[in-house]
Amino acid sequence: MSDLLKNIIRFALFIGIQVFILNRIPPLHRFITPYLYFLFLLWLPFRTPRLGLTLLGFLFGLTLDFFTKTPGLHAAACTLVAYLRPFLIGLMLPKEKMEISYSEPSVTSMGWMPYAVYVLVFTFLHHGYLIFLEWMQFGNFWYFLGKVFSTTGISLLLITITEMLFNRKSRYRTNVA
Amino acid sequence: MRNVFLFIRRYFNLIFFLTLQVASLMMLFRFNKFHEAVFSSFSNEFSGRINMRFNNVETYFTLKKENDQLREQNAALLNQLKTDYAWPDSGYSIVADTFKIDSLEQYRKYLYLPAKVISNSVHSQQNYLMLHRGSNQGAAPNMAVVGPDGVIGTIINVSGNMSVVMSMLHRQSKIVAVLKKGSGFGEVTWDGNDPRFVTLSKVAKTVPVNKGDTVVTSQYSDKYPPGHIIGVVETVADDQVTSTYNLKVRTATNFYSVQHAYIVKNLQKAEMEELEKAIKKDQ
Repeated sequence: MSDLLKNIIRFALFIGIQVFILNRIPPLHRFITPYLYFLFLLWLPFRTPRLGLTLLGFLFGLTLDFFTKTPGLHAAACTLVAYLRPFLIGLMLPKEKMEISYSEPSVTSMGWMPYAVYVLVFTFLHHGYLIFLEWMQFGNFWYFLGKVFSTTGISLLLITITEMLFNRKSRYRTNVA
Repeated sequence: MRNVFLFIRRYFNLIFFLTLQVASLMMLFRFNKFHEAVFSSFSNEFSGRINMRFNNVETYFTLKKENDQLREQNAALLNQLKTDYAWPDSGYSIVADTFKIDSLEQYRKYLYLPAKVISNSVHSQQNYLMLHRGSNQGAAPNMAVVGPDGVIGTIINVSGNMSVVMSMLHRQSKIVAVLKKGSGFGEVTWDGNDPRFVTLSKVAKTVPVNKGDTVVTSQYSDKYPPGHIIGVVETVADDQVTSTYNLKVRTATNFYSVQHAYIVKNLQKAEMEELEKAIKKDQ
């Protein structure tokens, strides 16, 4: 399957799962809203052009906003994640090795530890910014702190489960492909 | 000039990122105006259609409960039928059938339009519902929405076939309410914490309030018909700053599982507004 087709399917699947399952499950606590959808941005191929990545982040967030009736909230957070993604990947990986051998970030392509840091940083960043924007509208500092940490925790758990369930086979890229 | 172009080329990614950020923040903080202009026509129909498909499946899970609810409501309505009351014939009636129209119809104030709930949220700070009934079927912004059990919210936006309802569980929702006993006017708001409870504030301390009192919509409201149940008082607390009560109210509507709703159309609203406008002109 080509990368483009694969990512189009992922786009629809992640939005669907977030809107129809995760946003609807009975709340464990008022602090906790599980978020998984932004994993789409973390799974995009290494070679996505930076401009396209930022634009895609914006459109992806906006699509979710259509459903949650919060125009701009998720779009802002997703744009931030998409914009900062190349910086962190550049920092963490020896460029010449990774970009050539594998197509997209995963445990196998990046190694267990760097990938965990990569996911942790962006989960925290996404949730922090998202809840910060919500907090600007209705200020309550403990709400902000509590929600950032508890939501990040639950989301990381979900991401771990997702990674274990869907063991993405990252092909070793050859010159032919 | 050349330097400017070089600068733009060098930092184009950053500039593009900042533009998108500003665009999304503008949308977020200037919600109402922008939403009406761009979002309502396109996004409501788009997300509405997908929500509708999903809801077709989802309704099956709560079918039994919904049936019970509707049956109860039907029973309550049937009990109000005139034919339920029988009395021995003892009086005359003179039939003077000269009116061409039903004489009651022109005094009708509220009209109930049934609608199906196709999406719903309770977990965020601003909760919205979407109804499968839009401007083509007579819905308009600012109309009240009630359910089989009690008050749900207010329509804030309509497209052709869908309408978006600001739920009672919204930080900006404000409903004029009164205790069913007759006194104790106040305002129902939501603090954003627990979807099962709302707050009734501004109730004067001179009013006796007990746990278990019913809170209903007031006749002072220009949207809600009087007497629709909002909830039941759960706890009574004093407001330290003013001489009023803050009542914690358990909502009558179960927002987790609402499937059917009625849009309430106030037929005399135009007249009311005209009168209010006339007052403003005079001053």
